[in-house]
Amino acid sequence: MTEATGGIEMDEDSAGTIKKFMFVNRKAPYGTIYALESLEVVLISAAFDQDVSLAFLDDGVYQLKKGQATKAIDVKNFSPTYRALEGYDIEKLYVEKESMDERGLTEDDLIVDVQIMSRAEMADMMDEQDVVLSF
Amino acid sequence: MKFGLMINEGPYNHQASDSAYLFAKAAIEKGHKVDRVFFYHDGVYNATKLTQPPQDDRHIVNRWKNLADEHGIDLVVCVAAALRRGIVDENLSPGFRISGLGQLVESGIQSDRLVVFGD
Repeated sequence: MTEATGGIEMDEDSAGTIKKFMFVNRKAPYGTIYALESLEVVLISAAFDQDVSLAFLDDGVYQLKKGQATKAIDVKNFSPTYRALEGYDIEKLYVEKESMDERGLTEDDLIVDVQIMSRAEMADMMDEQDVVLSF
Repeated sequence: MKFGLMINEGPYNHQASDSAYLFAKAAIEKGHKVDRVFFYHDGVYNATKLTQPPQDDRHIVNRWKNLADEHGIDLVVCVAAALRRGIVDENLSPGFRISGLGQLVESGIQSDRLVVFGD
């Protein structure tokens, strides 16, 4: 077992099972550690060949904001990691339109390509999932 | 039904661990199975054996250990979150084990429902 990948060996029960996992990100990237530790789960989940998607709503939309400058608060800027998700075959990034509008953000403000959807569409999307992890 | 639980907040400071415990107990009483509880974020503080609440208060750490002993629940503490917060084998309460985030994803795959308790 290593720190990053401990326990990723699957036993027979889970081999071959593909479930729809959605990671729901609702909090600002800094101020609390939720966003960073959520991303750590997302990266591990890629090793399990599951059907993974990420949803960004409420202050969670700020996680994808361009131009994050964290030097002054002495915290690592982890936003480049969202750009690396494609390399892990995690390409379903959904952002809620109402949350963007409420914060004056547009798709041009985001560091990655996303699919913008309404609150109602987001609810439908959540309904389709097998596992929803909210951070 | 087979449940996996995830706890994302520390004990006493937040209701998450209490709610998860009461949920687990109620589910088991109804004949369901709780396979694994995964402790993440500040939830890893639920696993330190240094916890000493006042005598007239619930002992959240021991309560998890006892429920796990009785019903064969796998109490797993995330290693990365634990190391960040100073939870290591030396101060880990009996009944818990430290392992990787893969155990959480596996719980999501193998359980009928994965229930998250947090903010």
